[in-house]
Amino acid sequence: MELVYTRTKTLQEDKVSGFCPGCMHSTIIKLIGEVLEELDIVEKTTLITGIGCCGLHMDYVDYDEITAPHGRATAVATGLKRTNPDRIYYTIQGDGDFAAIGLGESISAANRGENITVIFVNNAIYGMTGGQMAPTTLLGMKATTAQNGRNAKEHGYPIHMCEVLNQLTAPVFLARCSCNNPQNLRKTKDAIKKAFINQIEGRGFSMVEIVTSCLTGWGLSPLEGLDYLEEKMFPEYPLGIVRDI
Amino acid sequence: MAKVLMKGCEAIAEAAVRAGCRFFAGYPITPQNEIPEYFSKRMPEVGGAFVQGESEVASVNMVYGAAAGGTRAMTSSSSPGISLKSEGISYAAAARIPMVYVNVCRGGPGVGVIQPAQTDYLQATKASGNGGFRMRVFAPATVQEAVNMTYKAFDYADMDRNPVLILSDGVVGTMMEPVELPPMKSDDEIERIKESKKKISCIGHPLGERVWIKPGVWDTIMWENINKDAEKLYESWADQAEWESFMTDDAEVIVTGYGIAGRIARSAVEIARGQGLKVGLIRPKTVYPFPYKAYEMIDYSKVKAILDVEMSIPALFLEDVKAAVKERCPISTYLRSGGNLVSREEMVSRIKKLASR
Repeated sequence: MELVYTRTKTLQEDKVSGFCPGCMHSTIIKLIGEVLEELDIVEKTTLITGIGCCGLHMDYVDYDEITAPHGRATAVATGLKRTNPDRIYYTIQGDGDFAAIGLGESISAANRGENITVIFVNNAIYGMTGGQMAPTTLLGMKATTAQNGRNAKEHGYPIHMCEVLNQLTAPVFLARCSCNNPQNLRKTKDAIKKAFINQIEGRGFSMVEIVTSCLTGWGLSPLEGLDYLEEKMFPEYPLGIVRDI
Repeated sequence: MAKVLMKGCEAIAEAAVRAGCRFFAGYPITPQNEIPEYFSKRMPEVGGAFVQGESEVASVNMVYGAAAGGTRAMTSSSSPGISLKSEGISYAAAARIPMVYVNVCRGGPGVGVIQPAQTDYLQATKASGNGGFRMRVFAPATVQEAVNMTYKAFDYADMDRNPVLILSDGVVGTMMEPVELPPMKSDDEIERIKESKKKISCIGHPLGERVWIKPGVWDTIMWENINKDAEKLYESWADQAEWESFMTDDAEVIVTGYGIAGRIARSAVEIARGQGLKVGLIRPKTVYPFPYKAYEMIDYSKVKAILDVEMSIPALFLEDVKAAVKERCPISTYLRSGGNLVSREEMVSRIKKLASR
């Protein structure tokens, strides 16, 4: 029988997912692994993990990894890439990591046009620490540090990182995707691939934002989470290619 | 080799380049701006990389990355900037990443003053970040010492796989002195050093041979074992402390200080000796590990007092001196801070008073 699908070799063998049921992180890990294999760059790639659930990626992949301090993944990637320009470096960062504590590092690395790939996972909440408000938390969305829901007067508005970075001249690729259905999953994989091809070709800074759910943090079932993505998250964070030069 | 006249900060940067440092990231802060400025010009000449970071935090993390990639890498700053770097330094100590950094100390706390001081002593020697790690800390008193220590620091960093700190100050950093520069490591030699770290560097490896840099883990027993390994490393330095002892054999008064205060103290000791006073000097060159042995070699039956001189109020270096002296003789202090230098004349006058006890 023809083999049409197999588990990506980039994952540690016999590893069972420890992510919450319905979490999309395992899908993201798989998509990245498939892209690395398809581009034949696994053996020259290092993952730089942020802090938070993104940091858990290190426990599943079987290629090089370094954990960055919270928010500093793009700075760590800068040091690595500048000294090993022929190697491949990508960061995986959540919304707290990339858009709050690491905002300075994120914007500056993008503005320098560092030849790295950033995968930014936006689930609008701090997942690992138990559901605190993130800079991407939607207005009205409840969090353990905004128990009556985020309000604009006190907390400001959700930050749109693709659009923020789109103000800069240097980035070459900015895309917002999701993993909520097979169609979007394909688009996400294509965007991730494009972001790595850009790096291989030395074109500069690429960022793929993946809008996902955090069912535990949101207090929703898997199906409710999918609805919430469609009804609330995508209107705030519209999917699509924001920049492709 | 002929001597050249160089400013402390620039000489430190050149020594690093000659030691094979090929990545530097830093952020402007007085009085160490000449370090990043020098690197920005020098790195492209030797095929290295210089990045002016958006902050001290970003800069130290760039260095953490570059060093994890196998390249000899360095950052520098001055006191408040060093506090910001403590995050990356702690991560480097946790993950055993060999980086070198320089503190050209200014007066603190807070933004303090831009003038020279020694107010970061406890931070440098006891807690340069969270988590209870240790580092070798070198305290140069001359531009030549700063050069030699920086050159050596990269070997220590690679040997230990641990950060190394050069604790300098605004005097040594900004004054010009004739120095003999160490030999320039060849490109081949630098490549060999990088090559030797290939199996532990984040450069990509075949599946199953991954490099996994862990500044933290989930398993408490595993982390305790990592702490224990680090402790063994720190303990192995105990007999590697370096210091200068000067005319201590018959001394009735011993002046002790490190860095620029220790250098001024030596000059005061020479003047006092000229006046017939029996006075000596102990100047630690490494402040971690601390040279306890230097204070063990004192003949306490002869010593009336030890004079601790430092550019910090309250006294900080004094804590280590007390631990070394163990109440075997009285310890007096002569302190200045706020960016003011200790004076040689004042030292001589204090030596006289202590000698006449």
